[in-house]
Amino acid sequence: MAILSFSHVRKRYPGGFEALKEISFAVEPGEMVFLTGHSGAGKTTLLKLIAAIERANGGTVLVNGQNVSAMRPAAIPFLRRNLGLVFQGQKLLYDRSVFDNVMLPLVVTGYPYREAARRARAALDKVGLLEREKANPVTLSGGEQQRLCIARAVVNRPGILLADEPTASLDAAYADEIMEMFSAFNQVGVTVLVATHDQQLIGKRHKRVLTLDHGRLL
Amino acid sequence: MRAWLQHHRLSLAQTISRFARSPFATFLNVLVIGVAVSLPLGGYAVLGNLESFSRKVSTEPQLSVFLVGNAVKNDVAAIEARLKGADGVRALRFVGRDAALAELKRTPGMAAVIDTLQSNPLPDAFVVTLAAGDPELADRLERQFKSLPKVAHVQADSAWARRLDSLLHLGRTTVALLGTLLGVALVAVTFNTIRLQILTQHDEIEICRLIGATRAYVRRPFFYLGSLLGLFGGCAALAIVIVALAVLNRDLEPLAALYGSDFRLRFLDPAESAAILACSAILGWIGAYLSVSKHLREIELG
Repeated sequence: MAILSFSHVRKRYPGGFEALKEISFAVEPGEMVFLTGHSGAGKTTLLKLIAAIERANGGTVLVNGQNVSAMRPAAIPFLRRNLGLVFQGQKLLYDRSVFDNVMLPLVVTGYPYREAARRARAALDKVGLLEREKANPVTLSGGEQQRLCIARAVVNRPGILLADEPTASLDAAYADEIMEMFSAFNQVGVTVLVATHDQQLIGKRHKRVLTLDHGRLL
Repeated sequence: MRAWLQHHRLSLAQTISRFARSPFATFLNVLVIGVAVSLPLGGYAVLGNLESFSRKVSTEPQLSVFLVGNAVKNDVAAIEARLKGADGVRALRFVGRDAALAELKRTPGMAAVIDTLQSNPLPDAFVVTLAAGDPELADRLERQFKSLPKVAHVQADSAWARRLDSLLHLGRTTVALLGTLLGVALVAVTFNTIRLQILTQHDEIEICRLIGATRAYVRRPFFYLGSLLGLFGGCAALAIVIVALAVLNRDLEPLAALYGSDFRLRFLDPAESAAILACSAILGWIGAYLSVSKHLREIELG
């Protein structure tokens, strides 16, 4: 059964702008899928519907068999605990260390401290930031900050990883490195959905590509 | 369950460390609440003192019945019989004119004045103790005794106590109004403090919601913040009132000595103090609740 499926999903923002029109697709567990399209095509909106940051105006969004578009507000936190989100403009907390930033998702879910610390270090190790754990995120470079966001997204071992333009504002070498990281997570069984407009990055990876154009899936 | 307890502990610790990080702002907030609470609290403490004082006075309601100057023994006996027979009279004490003069003579400085008098100007009098401190009874007996023959004047000794009592009633209403208003002020202060705190933690709240924090998780620290602000404010108010009463008592001492009294303002008892602390903590919580309900919705993302 698909881990993620959209059927006839529509999203209209207040003011009448129709961001998504009749979107239908399904993603199998363990798949890695690229979502592409011009800016304003609806990539970010589509990802937001999966995480219930926005609600669809029609159709159904199923995540792990749960209908997100009809979900009670109280159930949403538990949906998000199984999603790793790397969103554009996502903030790091500059009032605490790199380590504490990665700890946050585990603290929020009430993980026992010792086990949480072990997992946080493992996640930092995977993105190559373990030796910077005591640093303040403000001292990290743009690429390192993006890696920290990824570590935070994967620390609670989500089944699905969603990334929105994770390589924007990074130079080509860094972008490639970040994309390799997503591939690595996919290889250990995580379902990955990456929205990007960078055709070069998509081109060499031979994964399924969903293309959005003015809110329609091509 | 363990996670829940752990988060409560964590929220509390975070709130306290947040206070410690900005001690001056916290101090000012607590001070504002303390001053606001101390006004009705101080009024309440002073009123409580006056009330117990007035209760002491009015538990022995008395009427003084003065006879006309030319009353003879028979008149006195007749009036005594009438007074004794009246409803609501518990005790009767006769103060003869000679005894009254002798007593007056003992007052320092009066002896010389009295010696110059050729005759005793004082009338015979009865001091009537009433059975109950009921103002209506006192009024009725006062009228009744006034109409007796050979009675010149009836004075209700408890009249001023009753005046004090109705003044105290006014005071109580004022304190209640003040307390309500400043309780609202306390709610407003915590409301605004929490609003600012939510604004400074905007990013943290947004991120926490995105990584699966429940609403309760996000809100809990703010409830602690509001309740603690109220609690500390209540402590500050108690401290302010203790100091204020001590200062007033210092000035009151010589005044009370002039009246031969050892009257002192007493502080609230422990149960009342605890109630005040609980009350201000609850008001702080209410302020936090209102603020969180209003402001968190805007950043909660679904």
